[in-house]
Amino acid sequence: MQNSIKSAKGSTVLRNHSRQSPLEYLKKHYFLYLLLTPALLLTLIFKYGPMYGAVIAFKDFSPIKGIIGSEWVGFKHFDKFLSSPNFELIFMNTLNLSLFGLILGFPVPILLALMLNQVRRARMKKNIQLFLYAPNFISVVVVVGMLFIFLSPTGPINQLFTSITGEPIMFMSRPEYFRWIYILSDIWTGAGWASIIYVAALANVDPELHNAASLDGANLFQRIRHIDIPTLRPIMAIVFILAAGGIMSIGFEKAYLMQTSMNLPTSEIIPTYVYKIGLQSGDYAYSAAVGLFNAVINVILLVTVNFIVKKLNEGEGLY
Amino acid sequence: MPIKHSGLDRFLLALNAILLTLAVLIVVLPLLYIVVASFMDPSVLLSRGLSFKVSDWTLDGYQKILSNPAMVRGFGNAVLYSISFSFITVIVSVFAGYALSDERLKGRRFFMTLFLITLFFGGGLIPTYLLVKNLGLLDTIWAIIIPGAVNVWNIILSRTFFKGVPNELKEAANVDGASEMKIFFQIVLPLSKPIIFVLALYAFVGQWNSYFDAMIYLDNPNLHPLQLVLRSILIQNQVDPGMISDQLAMAEMKRLSEIIKYAAIVISSLPLVIMYPFFQKYFEKGVMVGSLK
Repeated sequence: MQNSIKSAKGSTVLRNHSRQSPLEYLKKHYFLYLLLTPALLLTLIFKYGPMYGAVIAFKDFSPIKGIIGSEWVGFKHFDKFLSSPNFELIFMNTLNLSLFGLILGFPVPILLALMLNQVRRARMKKNIQLFLYAPNFISVVVVVGMLFIFLSPTGPINQLFTSITGEPIMFMSRPEYFRWIYILSDIWTGAGWASIIYVAALANVDPELHNAASLDGANLFQRIRHIDIPTLRPIMAIVFILAAGGIMSIGFEKAYLMQTSMNLPTSEIIPTYVYKIGLQSGDYAYSAAVGLFNAVINVILLVTVNFIVKKLNEGEGLY
Repeated sequence: MPIKHSGLDRFLLALNAILLTLAVLIVVLPLLYIVVASFMDPSVLLSRGLSFKVSDWTLDGYQKILSNPAMVRGFGNAVLYSISFSFITVIVSVFAGYALSDERLKGRRFFMTLFLITLFFGGGLIPTYLLVKNLGLLDTIWAIIIPGAVNVWNIILSRTFFKGVPNELKEAANVDGASEMKIFFQIVLPLSKPIIFVLALYAFVGQWNSYFDAMIYLDNPNLHPLQLVLRSILIQNQVDPGMISDQLAMAEMKRLSEIIKYAAIVISSLPLVIMYPFFQKYFEKGVMVGSLK
């Protein structure tokens, strides 16, 4: 826009630029490409390199023969994974953990933002935010370490349970608790931080809107429902698409740390499985196939969720 | 003009205050427990729980953790990795973000697509590991600070920032005959302190808190960063068995093992806790700029 206005006025700088030969253009602007080079190189090597490397999923890979030298075996490794007795368990564990995480975790930052928005004194609001955001900066190792401490048979929470029921609850070794612990601690860590964008959007709502609604007799609930929530809807859509699209890309780090030999029936998920068979047992090709399977599902999910949200959200999707 | 609140509204606002207080308590109490417990005499902690009497307190946990060579080395490694990682990340992202924000860069859409694809699809853990291995980066600092240095969100963040720099500035310099290089280094970069700051903070915190890359790429315990050392202390329950030479020391270690964990958590979180209140607004800014795309 700016370009066309300027060139209509006859700005020499911009008009010259469009008539340059490629060589002249490069001579003048090579520096921009130079600046782009580090990021481009790193991306090609460390992001696209592994995409090429993922072809070992279709090969009988041996490190000695290398990627090119190893023989093609088609979908052998995929068949092996899909027909393995572990498949259903691991796949469902991954899906369940993310899905419940999304369902339970998605509304919390929105609620926090709506609540924070009602705090009238700015200083008070800032202080509450300072506390609520803090856990986001605690490392996953420390968070899981704290879980082990607090939920241990002799830990503070079990001291309470023992005094009531006489018996401690084995939180970290019972499979049925794993998901709850994982998801609730995730909310503890991330919900405050995730509320930031909602809080900022609400801060932009014209206070006159609330005043007018109030004069018309709308109570707080009605004002939140008809003013605040519609304001947040576009952001909610984007956050939801990104979260739902990433359902199968749930992180390795926390689940792996929380695993004990006893809770594996629910805590073994695709990323931890890939790590164990690939890097601990050295079955590179098979675990690469499992990883690739996961990545493909992820892309399909993202596209589908984006499509659905777009339909529901009057054409406003992620792309 | 302030809103007039009805009875229902006043009730809801009171409820809101209670719920928010509860939320803050849920966040703060576990952290407070760890801090207080790290100073507690272990036997008192086990029998009576937390106590605020000074006579029940001890610095033994801190003494043990600070004299643990693995912990000290891990701390040093974490500082080294986090600072160099931030440095590389800032350079890569600021350079790329600036180039991609400039309308004179031909092929902007193509490059941007190239970067964005990596956000949604990747080769996976094993091919990435094999690549790093084949490049000979295993057991070197480079495996930690190079592969993760390019991050699409950071590039988007910095591109968004540079799009906000008025074009007139660059055009004026261009008319004056300044080269692209001069424009970037002498005019644009001095204006970029906020974005550099935000990117560096994010990279520092991210690297400080991560353990995964170090776990898969570094076998040599001398290279292990703090989080890996913490993992063995907190989760694998190894309070440095190599250090214990005699039975007496072993018993002492066992007695202190719980408060050593608390002290380790406090010590490892200290740098971020100190940074956090000062830099909170920068962290928030990062989230906001990024969400605008």
